[in-house]
Amino acid sequence: MTEHLLQVTDLEVEFSTYGGDVKAVRGVSFHVDPGETLAIVGESGCGKSVTVQSLMGIIPMPPGRITGGSALLRGKEILGLPPRQANRFRGVEVGMIFQDPMTSLNPTMTIGDQISETLMVHRNVSYREASRRAVELLERTRIPEAKNRARQYPFEFSGGMLQRAMIAQSLACSPSILIADEPTTALDVTIQSQILELMSELKRAENMSIILITHDLAVVARMADRVAVMYAGQIVESGTVDEIFYESAHPYTLGLKDAMPSNREQRDKNLMPILGSPPDLFDPPKGCSYYARCPFAMQVCKPKMPPRFTFDSDHSHYARCWLQHDDAPHEERLFQQGKRDVD
Amino acid sequence: MLIKTRNLTKHFPMGIGQTLHAVDGISIEIDENEIMGLVGESGSGKSTFGKTLTGLLQRTSGDAWFRGEALPHKFTAEDHLKYSREMQMIFQDPYSSLNPRMTVLDVIGEGLFIQGRHTRAQIRDQVAMWLERVGLNADHMSRYPHEFSGGQRQRIGIARAMIIEPKFVVCDEPISALDVSVQAQVINLLNDLKQSMGLTMLFIAHDLSMVRYVSDKMSVMYLGALAESGPSNEVFFDPQHPYTRLLIEANPEPDPRIERGRPFAPIRGEITSPVNIGAGCRFADRCPSVMDRCRTETPADISISDTRKVACHLFD
Repeated sequence: MTEHLLQVTDLEVEFSTYGGDVKAVRGVSFHVDPGETLAIVGESGCGKSVTVQSLMGIIPMPPGRITGGSALLRGKEILGLPPRQANRFRGVEVGMIFQDPMTSLNPTMTIGDQISETLMVHRNVSYREASRRAVELLERTRIPEAKNRARQYPFEFSGGMLQRAMIAQSLACSPSILIADEPTTALDVTIQSQILELMSELKRAENMSIILITHDLAVVARMADRVAVMYAGQIVESGTVDEIFYESAHPYTLGLKDAMPSNREQRDKNLMPILGSPPDLFDPPKGCSYYARCPFAMQVCKPKMPPRFTFDSDHSHYARCWLQHDDAPHEERLFQQGKRDVD
Repeated sequence: MLIKTRNLTKHFPMGIGQTLHAVDGISIEIDENEIMGLVGESGSGKSTFGKTLTGLLQRTSGDAWFRGEALPHKFTAEDHLKYSREMQMIFQDPYSSLNPRMTVLDVIGEGLFIQGRHTRAQIRDQVAMWLERVGLNADHMSRYPHEFSGGQRQRIGIARAMIIEPKFVVCDEPISALDVSVQAQVINLLNDLKQSMGLTMLFIAHDLSMVRYVSDKMSVMYLGALAESGPSNEVFFDPQHPYTRLLIEANPEPDPRIERGRPFAPIRGEITSPVNIGAGCRFADRCPSVMDRCRTETPADISISDTRKVACHLFD
């Protein structure tokens, strides 16, 4: 097997609470190659954010606990690093931007100083040099009048400009991976378009990889090369963006697609919501976690966890669904070809 | 026609001669049993318009009519009582719009209680009926809002508005805080209620695909004024105003093949400040087809067909 830039295997994360342990991430595996965008999609509470936060070592421990799995960045383990070593790779090898730039930046420091701080800590340059580079970074993310803007505080920036500033900060040390956790959810569609365009441009220019976390399938369609669909702490389907959209092999992926209005059809048909709600992760179901909401559910789905069924020779497209088993009935709307059991 | 406004305006004085032009002369007409979608970026004054229309904010100038009857310039307590039977509002944030210290029974039943025409038992029955109707369980009425998820709270907000059996409902971004799968549930619920109760709605949102999907007519708002209005499908598939065009171009679709073919030409700049707006088109600074007169002359609404209006000098 060729080595991937980032290889995450069987990641498991739990949180201890008074009510018991919440199994937020239950055996998640994925990889990222240089220059590609991996989108992780799913509803709130499915564990997408916890997955990437544990990679960055920024989940609070306790109550959080990484109970299993590994994450290799260029072959080196990054899970459970001691703080000093974690600080050395965080922000240098992997940059991260967040959903809400207003609360993610320090309100008492100027934008310029926050970017310079990153450079002074990681690159050991003088304040003057760092400030100069901070302005360059702001210019690269297309902030007009960067020199003056660097002297302003976050409250003087609009939401879109703050997101640009945060991208500038995360790019300071030229990371090989940028993790973007719902980067445009709080923004208007026009500003979202600008930020997505900026991210694609930087990705092309730097051959940077992006892990994009979102619940918006339209953003996925626009940005992603590959997609991982998460549900209740597991990846239920993964594949290239075309496979996920045109050869959906998991009922949950279909459900997400049906819940969105298409811009093509006139409005005679009702949207098809996914009924019910996600399972309780204090006590996750033994079998398929989507069983209770699945329109195609079968008897086997409740007691037995479905393995990963793969579809293509390099195993990149897979779905965790019993309908992919050879003995399962044919379902018109699901992709069910060349299936094979790997797990 | 159920709702009509003419030059409805809401300015907020900011002291030292500054005025924030939140809503600046909006004229709309909504027919009975029709859903009008109102779209625009944040800061364009959509919510302020909704609140001014229902009397939650006092308008600065202009006129508004409900079923041909002029709405008072300033709502008195009696006016609120009178019109809250006809007009209700559903709010964006299902967390801050429900009083955490009231049970669901009190939250939903409060409207009927204030009207004073029902006994406690009748109110309880009505609340139970409405909880079932919006897809919740009648046993939930003694619970508090924090015991519910976002989608369930939004249903409580809908039940609170609907129990009055209003004619007209302003839905202020009712789905933006919800997950995609739950959004579809709430939209279908609103659609069913529209059919069964003959409701008329003003549906405020920034999600263009969703607004096209739910509404019969669509109005596009920019910096307090209307840029374009007309039947939803026409505005969405054949936008005329340069702002509407850019807005729809920026709207991504859940289809990778279409997205790959999309020319990446995002709209430039950001919405400008609504403080002390002078003459000229509000969109002039960001408009790709700006002309000299756009900076000095405010464009009037120009009818380009029986049903469509565009406020742009290009159509003169």
